[in-house]
Amino acid sequence: MLRINPRTEQKIISYLLYFLTSIAIIVLIFILTVILKNGLPQLSLEFLTKNPADMGREGGILSTILATVFLTFIALLVATPLGVGTAIYLTEYTLEGRVTKIIRFGAECLAGIPSIIFGLFGFILFVNKLNFGWSILSGGLTLAFMILPTIIRTSEEAIKSVPMAYRLVSFSLGSTRWQTVTKVVLPSAIPGIVTGVILSIGRSIGETAAVIFTAGSALRMPTSIFSSSRTMAVHFYILAKEGVSMPKAYGTAAVLVISILAINLLTYYMMGRYIKKKS
Amino acid sequence: MSSNGTNKLEKSDRLIKLSLLMIALSAVSVLAIITIFIFEQGLPIMFRYGLKHFLLGQDWYPSEKSFGLLPMIIGSLMVTFGALIIGVPLGLASAIFLTEFSSRRLAGFLKPVIELLAGIPSVVYGFIGLMFLVPFIRERFGGPGLSVLAASVILGIMILPTVISITIDSIRAVPDSYREGSMALGATKWQTVRMVVLPAARSGIIAGIILGMGRAIGETMAVIMVAGNAADIPGSVLAPVRTLTSNIALEMAYASGEHREALFATGVILFIIIMILNTVANMSSAKQRKKGSGR
Repeated sequence: MLRINPRTEQKIISYLLYFLTSIAIIVLIFILTVILKNGLPQLSLEFLTKNPADMGREGGILSTILATVFLTFIALLVATPLGVGTAIYLTEYTLEGRVTKIIRFGAECLAGIPSIIFGLFGFILFVNKLNFGWSILSGGLTLAFMILPTIIRTSEEAIKSVPMAYRLVSFSLGSTRWQTVTKVVLPSAIPGIVTGVILSIGRSIGETAAVIFTAGSALRMPTSIFSSSRTMAVHFYILAKEGVSMPKAYGTAAVLVISILAINLLTYYMMGRYIKKKS
Repeated sequence: MSSNGTNKLEKSDRLIKLSLLMIALSAVSVLAIITIFIFEQGLPIMFRYGLKHFLLGQDWYPSEKSFGLLPMIIGSLMVTFGALIIGVPLGLASAIFLTEFSSRRLAGFLKPVIELLAGIPSVVYGFIGLMFLVPFIRERFGGPGLSVLAASVILGIMILPTVISITIDSIRAVPDSYREGSMALGATKWQTVRMVVLPAARSGIIAGIILGMGRAIGETMAVIMVAGNAADIPGSVLAPVRTLTSNIALEMAYASGEHREALFATGVILFIIIMILNTVANMSSAKQRKKGSGR
């Protein structure tokens, strides 16, 4: 059997790894560059402040930005209390056991469910059975369920990293568990919790499959939580898929990508500061 | 404090605990409600026409009451397998390079970059595929361009960030003493990685691959944009393909009656596949955690 000298083997492998890593990084950077290069020239104040006209061929994307914001807001309004509450229960009010196992299993499974299944579910429950119709409310609630696992997981990590000594001191001063949680634990865990919330905002903004069947794709200004409306991601999908207007598609994609990158960067910055403060 | 006051406090604390438990059960309840709704909508038609009709039927003509999902099941499996062939070697190589072979500074810069890119919406990946990859395949290899190959490549790229960051985390979790022990025995870096580090990180890496697989099989919009969506079993990697997810998304907007039920049946099959993957990934990462805490 042919045996290669381990040193030569080591050299070949490190070049190979270097090469494969470069491919991965270059491809990912390429995607970003193409979107920004073609999209940035489309951006202008007008693009951001005018409503789409002629099915998106003309005008801007204002109504889709607002729809995205409202939808995300509703999703956070519902998912944050549920997620943080779950995390508090798991870390402060119970010991590891069968119940926590079931709750964690549920959250992890929920995280793995494809968005199209959430879309189907939201369509049947919110749009049809509860008769909310295609609306901001239906879309927001569906998204809330989608981001719930992320908020649970990040809040749990944040609460767990609060030092035990804080709690002991609070208890020794005669506080109840709830006082300890609200006055001592949560305030120190807030930055971590906010990080999770911001991450979920990024996910909500980019979601398409779950939103298109629950919020609809009507191209008009959202006036109430019951109006059907089209988010940025759905707008981009329709512009690109049906070949309505490539310049507008690139412009929308650029706004989408820039906002998500900005959100992720903010998360990174906050986490960095949070970790620094900790140590 | 009087004993009466303490009692009151205890009572309210118990109440708080109970309400928190209710909130904590929300995730499980949502999971249960989703399962019930999807199955309630999808199962009746599966039993009416027979499981065989759905799982092994090759013809999808909803208007003629023919609901064969075999082309879509095969389609989903093909593109997912293709995505793994492309995404896993690239992802593992990048993770190994960044943890074991590159300088700390380079890795410190590239890991966040890769994680930032994980946030790019799937529609954007699909769009890039449509604009660059599809024409490239059409001109170089022939066929319509919209194909199994295009979908596999796009999905392979999409799962890269997931595979890379989970693999990096599990490789980093391997204690340095393992590496030092191996190096002290005269092993080269690569030998150490291959024979000590990777085996120790194995279950975490497998969990990452399975999660990537789940993402690939569940992806919808990006696949619709590049796969061509013909409801036939693809004869080659250059032929168009329709996945389970695309089948739902393409027809949901106008389906009604039994057609709609059949789309929910598609959802049921997808749901079962994903739950199996989740459970396997869960078991795999639990194994890693157990090993980690045992040290």
